[in-house]
Amino acid sequence: MHTHTAMSPSVPLQEMIRAIRSARTQCEERGVIQRECAAIRAQFRQADNGGRSHNLAKLLYVHMLGYPAHFGQMECVRMIASPRYSEKRVGYLGAMMLLDEKQDASLLITNSIKNDLSHSNQYVQSLALCTLACMGSAEMCRDLAPEIDRLLRASNSYIKKKAALCAVHIVRKVHELGELFVPAARSLLSEKNHGVLHGAVVLIIELCEQNPETLERFRKTVPDLVQIMKGLVLSGYSPEHDVAGISDPFLQVRILRLLRILGRNNEGASDSMNDLLAQVATNTDSTKTVGNAVLYETVLTVLDIKSESGLRVLAVNILGRFLLNNDRNIRYIAMTSLQKIVGTDHNAVQRHRGTIVDCLKDQDASVKRRALELSLALVSASNIRSMMKELLLFLSSCPPELRAHAASGIFNAAERYAPSQRWHIDTMLHVLITAGGDVRDETVPNLIQLITNASELHCYTVHKLYRALLLDISQQSLVQVACWCIGEYGDLLLKGDCQETEPVQVTEDDALDALETVLQSHMSSPATRGFALTATMKLSTRITDNVDRIRSIVSIYGSCIDVELQQRAVEYNALFRKYDHMRAAVLERMPVIEKNSPGHTNGESTGEAVKDVPTAKMKQGEPLLLQQPANQVCDLLDLLGGSEETLQPGPAVDCLVSGLSVHAAGTAGGDLLDLLGGFEPAELSPAPQVLAYDKGGVTLTLSCEKQSDTGLTVTLTASNSSDSDLSSFTLQAAVPKSVQLHMKAPSGDSLPARGTAKVTQMVVLNNPNKVNLKMRVRVSYTRQGSPFQDTVQIDSFPGLDAAGQ
Amino acid sequence: MIRFMLMVNRQGQTRLSRYYQPVELSRRAQLEADVVRCCLSRRKDQCSFVDYKDFKLVYRQYAALYVVVGVTDNENELSVYELLHNFVEVLDKYFSRVSELDIMFNLDRVHIILDEMIQNGHVVETNKSRVLAPLTALDKMADG
Repeated sequence: MHTHTAMSPSVPLQEMIRAIRSARTQCEERGVIQRECAAIRAQFRQADNGGRSHNLAKLLYVHMLGYPAHFGQMECVRMIASPRYSEKRVGYLGAMMLLDEKQDASLLITNSIKNDLSHSNQYVQSLALCTLACMGSAEMCRDLAPEIDRLLRASNSYIKKKAALCAVHIVRKVHELGELFVPAARSLLSEKNHGVLHGAVVLIIELCEQNPETLERFRKTVPDLVQIMKGLVLSGYSPEHDVAGISDPFLQVRILRLLRILGRNNEGASDSMNDLLAQVATNTDSTKTVGNAVLYETVLTVLDIKSESGLRVLAVNILGRFLLNNDRNIRYIAMTSLQKIVGTDHNAVQRHRGTIVDCLKDQDASVKRRALELSLALVSASNIRSMMKELLLFLSSCPPELRAHAASGIFNAAERYAPSQRWHIDTMLHVLITAGGDVRDETVPNLIQLITNASELHCYTVHKLYRALLLDISQQSLVQVACWCIGEYGDLLLKGDCQETEPVQVTEDDALDALETVLQSHMSSPATRGFALTATMKLSTRITDNVDRIRSIVSIYGSCIDVELQQRAVEYNALFRKYDHMRAAVLERMPVIEKNSPGHTNGESTGEAVKDVPTAKMKQGEPLLLQQPANQVCDLLDLLGGSEETLQPGPAVDCLVSGLSVHAAGTAGGDLLDLLGGFEPAELSPAPQVLAYDKGGVTLTLSCEKQSDTGLTVTLTASNSSDSDLSSFTLQAAVPKSVQLHMKAPSGDSLPARGTAKVTQMVVLNNPNKVNLKMRVRVSYTRQGSPFQDTVQIDSFPGLDAAGQ
Repeated sequence: MIRFMLMVNRQGQTRLSRYYQPVELSRRAQLEADVVRCCLSRRKDQCSFVDYKDFKLVYRQYAALYVVVGVTDNENELSVYELLHNFVEVLDKYFSRVSELDIMFNLDRVHIILDEMIQNGHVVETNKSRVLAPLTALDKMADG
């Protein structure tokens, strides 16, 4: 057990560390440290004593463990001013760890640093340089820049290399001082010492990145840099700089980086580097990681400058070789680089498609992810069949977090390059069977539309789907499509003979059994059950013997708890009883659905559906549900086109239709809306947009549509043009007291950088007292971990007159 | 550039920490804990580069110690990977088969070595003898 030995204040650092180590609990450790800190504080207050550096060292150790040590700041200042090296050393280290330019104490060391920069002992000079480079404020930098410049020109190489990096810090803090260092940097390139060269190259890189004019001037140094590189690559073994057979790989990587910056967008400079880069690429030994690091940098440089095509192919081949390397780190970076160039050097990357596809089976999750993205990018009309085989194989065994991305990628690829309709349908079915839970919800209507278009495959499709349904009813998207097909093409299913698959005898009871299983299963979502019920109803006109069975199913669901199902069942019952003569016509085969009709894109955008599939499903369940009857009811009224007087649609149908504003418009049910009259179709052309808020790269635009005399729908669209992604993006709104406000769910809550995706949110307002309409919107989001909030008041709404009416 | 360098053991205790871009004290503990968790949860067959927030982590494991470095996006990861090895080799040379305890009890010396190799987030010297020369000289001065 740790006893409370009275700790003498000047106990050396080792003792304290041992004591801390032997503390068995966090509490004990805290106790030890608090005692020590108290002792240290007392020591600091005393006059000069021999153990000062020990105390500060102890404090720094404690600081590293995460305990507050700010009371040591003044001690650092004192120690730095001491003539003894050991105390200076600890003082400067303390300054680097405890002080930054925000602390007042940092100003106090400026003088000490200035003096120490011209100290006779180079180690003291180096301490000063190091500290200035670490935490020098802008004023300190301005003050001491001439001194650093002097050191860059006239001192030994030990100091020069540190001064160079100190200059980098100065230039970062005070851009204008870059001009000061240009001549010195230029002349440093002729030094032999590698440390100095390295520092010089880093400094030049910094100067070029800060100022494009300086970059122009430094282009003249390309020949010199090429010379230096040649020396490094072609010279024999040099023990001083050798790292696993490569001569100073760190310097080589640096120089290659500088060459990249100088050669970018410049033909002349790029030309003069071509030979060198080819030499490095072929001569560097790639058996060790260091060699590969140099090769990697070379490849990056080649691909970034204006190199000739032969060199580019060489670079891509190196990446291809990397993909076969045993070291997973190297495979990973090869993937990352290939991904960056697949757009520009597509053909070159295509040559390595085989290797990339093999990487889909790699153990490492990040390599897999990159292989997936690359594979999707490499799909083309000529390789679609083989690629799809691989991708589908991948889908069945891929990690869950990649499934949604893989599924949607496969769908896109299939859509663009499908060699035949049957292939396309097969592929989509395969995906639904393997990963049905991870696909977006618009997949279902898309697939249905595809199926209706492939009329000669209806028989084949319905058989296949029926079989899939028998095997597994848990994948909702698959089940929905299957139910729809059985309902629609039930007659083909029952006919039995089909050229493309083995014939199987399906009786009417079998088909109804399948649908009823879906209806009753607890695994089926409400949307799915809706599909099943409708399909059952449709079968009533396609079968002959079991119509009674259907009638009884439908009437049972007339008292179902789920309101949607109940409503449907009631309507179908009505169809059986009152409108039986119309039933055949109502339920007949549907016309081919046109692609791109508004009924097939979801009303509310779901850009982030991939990530929030469960919530998106909840939201989308509704419009999807309404979509089915929309088509049917449209048919209903189409038929009634001329005879609206005689057959008034029942109230049930009426309310069904009134909820369909977005979906009904534009399909064959255009008449529908005219018939019912007084019903505003949704505005499909873009309403006038007004910019309501613009700050920090975040813009908010709004557009409005009048729904009725007092009702108004406002759509807020947010986008982010800054360079950082925003998360947890939310909007809140407040309106005058008498106005009613209802905010619908937003399309998402993250705004990626540079406007790659937007967030939209609809706000429904009702202004019965017709007051002057104003709305206050609060925007809140998180940017790089810090939350941000702002409020904006909107006083005028586009499309309304000044009074807000 | 290198934003920070950490040496952390498997229990999550920090044995060395150096920040080349200022990070507040309160955020440091969080950062270090996060980073360590990230590295400890990686399996043997996963690569040593991790995307973390808006920068990258490069780590290497030596016995019970993890050397972790946070670098900005434009750094050559393989080069940094080699740099870590270089650093550990230098420590090895100075301490003759360095161990975690060596680092703990000689933290000031390790900082001196680190400062000789990396300054201001950039590599300043990689030649082992040159890195250790000042320290050997200092040791002689201290004894004398």
